[in-house]
Parts: sequence; structure tokens; C-alpha cells
Amino acid sequence: MEKFRYLSNVTTLELDVEACTGCGTCEIVCPHGVFEIAAHKAGIVDRDGCMECGACATNCPEEAIAVDPGVGCAAYIIQTWIKGKEAASCGGVDCC
Amino acid sequence: MMSEETQYNNGCCGPAKTPCANEGLTEMLPIYKEAPVDDVCCGPPPGPASSPFERPGYDLCSFVEGFIDTAAGSVPKIKPKPEISDILGTIKVRLGINRSQYKVAPGLYSMGDTTPTSPVLVTGNYKLSFDALRKELQGEHVWILVLDTRGVNVWCAAGKKTFSTHEVIRRVKMARLQEIVSHKRLILPQLSATGVSGKQVKKGCGFKVTWGPIQARDIRSFLKAGLKADKSMRRVTFTFLERLILVPVELSFLRKYLLWILLAGFILSGIGPSLFSISLAWSRGLIMIAACVAGIFSGAVAAPVLLPWIPGKAFAVKGAITGLLMGAGMVLMLGKAIDSVEIAALIFFIIAISSHLAMNFTGSTPYTSPSGVEKEMRIAIPFQAGAIILSIVGWIGSMFV
Repeated sequence: MEKFRYLSNVTTLELDVEACTGCGTCEIVCPHGVFEIAAHKAGIVDRDGCMECGACATNCPEEAIAVDPGVGCAAYIIQTWIKGKEAASCGGVDCC
Repeated sequence: MMSEETQYNNGCCGPAKTPCANEGLTEMLPIYKEAPVDDVCCGPPPGPASSPFERPGYDLCSFVEGFIDTAAGSVPKIKPKPEISDILGTIKVRLGINRSQYKVAPGLYSMGDTTPTSPVLVTGNYKLSFDALRKELQGEHVWILVLDTRGVNVWCAAGKKTFSTHEVIRRVKMARLQEIVSHKRLILPQLSATGVSGKQVKKGCGFKVTWGPIQARDIRSFLKAGLKADKSMRRVTFTFLERLILVPVELSFLRKYLLWILLAGFILSGIGPSLFSISLAWSRGLIMIAACVAGIFSGAVAAPVLLPWIPGKAFAVKGAITGLLMGAGMVLMLGKAIDSVEIAALIFFIIAISSHLAMNFTGSTPYTSPSGVEKEMRIAIPFQAGAIILSIVGWIGSMFV
């Protein structure tokens, strides 16, 4: 999305070009046009447009893509500060 | 004397003459096959009879207009046009009322005049998702396979892995889809790709996944173009209206803090040299609560709505900016009613609340990454906490200087 840009250089998106067979699935499922296929290989054309939804990684038939998003929840992070990582928990059924 | 059996047989078969020779009294008597009688003995006509589709223990949904027979049993046929109850339900859920219980039963539904070659669309059991398909596909003939996403929309459910590979396979098998349709294709919403592997679905139930458009409103064109999507159908948007519709729910999350805000506002404002003054609690408390409202409006309404036009990429920054403007405006309006320490306190207070609420809005957008959100939160939360503490110290302290 052109008008909406979030923080740069934060995504955990990784593409193993060697393993890629250029099937084009990542290009189809990505809601932000992060990937483009060229010369039978996927390439990341908009790294900072990635929101780590994981659609690409879930659907890559060669498992050439990895994404490791984390929870991204304020309540959870505050709890890890106070209670430590083991005791931290999410907000309950109505939260997300 | 004619036996009762003969009497019945001759009488009920009426002018058709031939007695129901093959029907014994042990079989269902013809009178029970007739329509219910509205001929009552006394008083006004009785209310309407129950629908023949009702079953003991089950409630018939208002959006079901009947049932069709398939090789795998009866499938409900749904009314394409939204009705008042659907519209009211949408409004309630957008206001945050009981939104975790707004569901439909998982399973297979039919819309239009479906045949074994009709396409199968898959969605979650959040009723808004379901109703979006109904509304946008009026006139089309489609099967709709509803998964149990626990009443959650497609994208969130996919992220939470309730709209999952496993659930797709499970529902396809439970509905006995292979006996109902002659093709082997499932059309899934693109945003469910987060939770569903097309390759694993094919392995698990033999159906091939085709990724449909993101928006239900593009499905008709997608079908017409032979299951082809253009680029715009595969990109998510976040327009002014799409942001605006999220505001009531964002505000509804704050409902549970209302009482605490009121209490804290009055109590903290009444503390002064004479320990506690009720008149100060009232007059200053109102100002503090108004500042709270200003912070909420700034962070949960103004920042989301004006999002792309506010400088800064981090939402905590955007919220701080709108908070500063809101704070300045409020301080100008209050004029001489507050001293300079109180001015600083109020501005810090409004900025902190606004920044925090705007930061929380990241969870409702289609473009923020969790890694980015964590990064901005680790930096912003200590600042927000610090600002709140300073503002409370200043607010109370101004009574002592």
C-alpha cells in the first residue's frame, strides 16, 4: 500500500532463493505485493511492505520462505516485563 | 356392523373410491399427512403453524428459506437478500455489542440454484463474513462451506490458526462434499492463506485450493473471469471508511475502564493542602476527566481516522502528535482556570493516553507487522508510563505550590 508505510527494517521475512522454484504462489497470496517472480525465481520487491501475515511461508511448496512474527500485543509485552516470559499470557477470548 | 378399520378406509379415501386396502391402521393415517387445522373452537384465529423445517432441539435460522436434497443429505438454502435482523446484527457488532457470539453454524449451505458443478466458496462462521457473501453474491449459484472459526473473521482466524488447513479438511469431509459436487475445487478467501496450506488441503481431502479475491465484492467478477483475479483484488486497502467503521469497537474496549477513570479523576483532583476537598475534587475532577475524554478521542478516534495524514510511522508517535494538538486546544479553552503546572500536567496526560490508544490501534490495521509493533511498544510504553506519572504528580503537586 503506497499511502501506508510502517516501520522500516523490522520484518523477519526470509527467502531462500536457492530452494525457490518460481511457482508464483507467494506472489498470489501476499496481500501487499511483497514478492514478484522474475526469471523463474521469487524476489522480494517491497521488504518494508511485509506485515508478517505468514501467507507466503504457509503456502510455499518448497518451504523456501520463513517468517517469525511474535505476538505484537501490548498487554503481553507488559506482562513479560513484570512477570517474565513464562508467566506472561494473552488477554482472553474477546481480545484478538 | 362395519369394522372401524373399514369405516376409516372407506371414509378417509374420499371420492377416490378405492379403499386404502394396503394400509393397515398401524401405518400413518392419511389425516396426519394433511395440513394443520386452523379451525378452532372459539376465540380469534390461532397464530401461524410451525414451519415444516423445524426440528426438536434446533432453531431455524431466519436467513434459511428452505432445504435442498443432495446425495449427502439436506442442505440449507439461504436467502441472499439481507433482512432487517441481519442489518441490526451488523450494527450491534460494529458497536462492540456481543461481537464474540455473532456466529452461524459451520457446515455446507447453498445459495441460488446450486448444482454439482456450482463453485464452492469457503468462509468462517463469523456472521459478518457469512453475510458479506450473501450480500455480494445475490443471483449467483454457489455452495458456501462455513468453517468453525469460533465466530471470528477470516483473516484474524487464519492468523490464530482456527481458519486452518486442518479445519478446511475437516469440514470438507464432514459435509461429504465429494458426494455433492462433481468437481474438486475449493475457492478460499486470499486472506485465509495465512492459516491454510493449499498443498496440504489437497493431500488431506483431495480438493484443490484456488485463492479467491480478498473482498467478497470481487468474487462475482472473479468467477466471471474464469477464476482469475486482477492485481487490485489481491491487495488489501485501508480507506477512510474502513478505518472509521473500526472506531466504535475501539471505544467499546474502554468501557471497562469508565468507572476507574471517573473515580481516579475525582479522587486525585481533590487532594490538596487541606488533605481532601470535595469542591476541588468536583471542579478539578471534571477538568481531569475532560482531559481523559480528550485523550481518548485523540487516540482512539482522531488518530485512526486521520492515520495516513499524521506525520510519523510509529502509531505511538502519531497518537502523541494528535494528543499534543488536542491538549493545546483544551488548555487554550480553559484559559485562566488552570495554572502553568496544571497546564503541563494536562498536556502530558492527554499525550500519554492518546499515544497509548493509537499504539493499540496497530492491532486493527492490515499493514503493521508484529515485529514492528513490538519494537515501537518497547520504546513507547516507558515514555507513556513516565508521562502519566509526571502528569499525576504535577496535577496533585500544583495544589501545593
